Amino acid sequence: MENVDRIKSEEMINRIDGRLTKNKIVKGLFFIATLFTLIMLVVLLYRIIAQGAPYLSWDFLQNFASRRPEQAGIKAAVIGTIWMMAVVVPTAAIFGVGSAIYLEEYAKKNTLTRWIQMNISNLAGVPSVVFGLLGLTIFVRLFGFGNSILAAGFTMSLLVLPVIIVASQEAVRAVPNELKEASYGLGATKWQTISRVVIPYAIPGIATGSILAFSRAIGETAPLIVVGIPTFVAFLPSGVFDSFTALPMQIYNWTSRPQEEFHNLAAAGIIVLLVVLIMMNSVAVWIRNRYQSR
Amino acid sequence: MVLTAVNSKENNQKVQTENVLVYNTKGLNLWYGDHHALKNINLKINEKEVTAIIGPSGCGKSTYIKTLNRMIDLVPGVKTNGSIEYRERDIFNKDFFVEELRTRVGMVFQKPNPFPKSIYENIAFGLKIHGIKNKQIINETVEKSLRGAALWEEVKDRIHEPAYGLSGGQQQRLCIARCLALEPDVILMDEPTSALDPVSTLKIEELIQELKQQYSIIIVTHNMQQAARISDRTAFFLNGEVVEYDVTDTIFNSPADSRTDDYISGRFG
Repeated sequence: MENVDRIKSEEMINRIDGRLTKNKIVKGLFFIATLFTLIMLVVLLYRIIAQGAPYLSWDFLQNFASRRPEQAGIKAAVIGTIWMMAVVVPTAAIFGVGSAIYLEEYAKKNTLTRWIQMNISNLAGVPSVVFGLLGLTIFVRLFGFGNSILAAGFTMSLLVLPVIIVASQEAVRAVPNELKEASYGLGATKWQTISRVVIPYAIPGIATGSILAFSRAIGETAPLIVVGIPTFVAFLPSGVFDSFTALPMQIYNWTSRPQEEFHNLAAAGIIVLLVVLIMMNSVAVWIRNRYQSR
Repeated sequence: MVLTAVNSKENNQKVQTENVLVYNTKGLNLWYGDHHALKNINLKINEKEVTAIIGPSGCGKSTYIKTLNRMIDLVPGVKTNGSIEYRERDIFNKDFFVEELRTRVGMVFQKPNPFPKSIYENIAFGLKIHGIKNKQIINETVEKSLRGAALWEEVKDRIHEPAYGLSGGQQQRLCIARCLALEPDVILMDEPTSALDPVSTLKIEELIQELKQQYSIIIVTHNMQQAARISDRTAFFLNGEVVEYDVTDTIFNSPADSRTDDYISGRFG
């Protein structure tokens, strides 16, 4: 018996080398995976900046689209995107946060709610083209909004709603039960508890999730193409029923032109879009950090 | 067990002749789904006394105290029958709004649970939800409540600072002050000292003795010595039933039921 034990422990000691080698190999593999992703990102960024940076100028931001590349700019696209987001942000926030609070605080936890919940999570994974088709059928044709800011804004709201609902639900669920009990224990009604305890506590989470969802709406192209947003617009919209173009549409249009200069303009447009997205994501991170340290 | 002995017969007579009931529980049964958590509870709780509820984990003592202000409604799948009368009004009656019940009956929880707001705002919260906006009334109530909870001297220079900066014991006293701000009739305490150190526990116990002059207090506790120290009457719960309910001295010195004796002498639980 003792003999067997000695042989066993010797064997175990002898295997340490092999185990450590495996340890190193796995660490290396993970490192390579990370490195590969990073290199791809850097190459992409380098190409875009090298190509687009020379075309970035005040004029580029100030000019409308043009057939002559040296006069073409993204004014209509930037203003159009701002108009669209002015529709998306309130619509998606109100419906998204409202649904999240209903599902978490009011709805009974039964089979129907679980089924709705599952479908919302699934919707978050539906391709954006499908939302484009939905928008085309309902907002453009049925409601007769045409290819307007309103139609595109509502379509984008639908696209980001599931993400906002899920993120807000998580934020609402994270509100400690003890705080809600404290409020109810003082004779507060459900609405008072929600408005004075639940929402203030959940706001950082809701804001972070919503901003990330909005930045997705800014970058999406497919739904806009399906809804029929024009690419060549040489005027500014004056209301939500006007036609418009958006940043990703303008970029898409330039990349499909044969002339090399337009490709460079597209790269410059991408830089502008990236700056906007990075700014939005930074705000989300800032909000998260600010409230985490509370 | 050493007790601050009051002659139990005298005490008993006093209880019978002078006291007014705040709560009268008649044949209360409660189920969590299929689990029968409270079985035919009959308890009369007196005004301006400290009533302790003791018993081992899972005996239903917390469930019972949460039923008294209907916090139990927040748990899905709870069914009850029987009645609880608070000042001769059935708390399960539809015309008795739970918001009113909880305004009259305050609650202090197991873990201190101040809101992530300032000390001042924590106390003002209760007034504001009841529509009191007058700054002067709020300011006076904040000071009065903090004094009432023996916290004013410690925090008077920083009432606009976050409540999370207070120690655990101070936070629990802040929660008591938050209750007092609404001038409740009854204060329910669900193991209020179980998350606190011995010094903070002692302060809360002293405070309970003070509060007894004005309020009726019902306290659930794990700690039998605590029940013996601070309560006038004690109910011993076991497996969802009230085994024995009597003057505290009687429960601890000459319990009628052998199970009570076993529990208080530490043979189980």
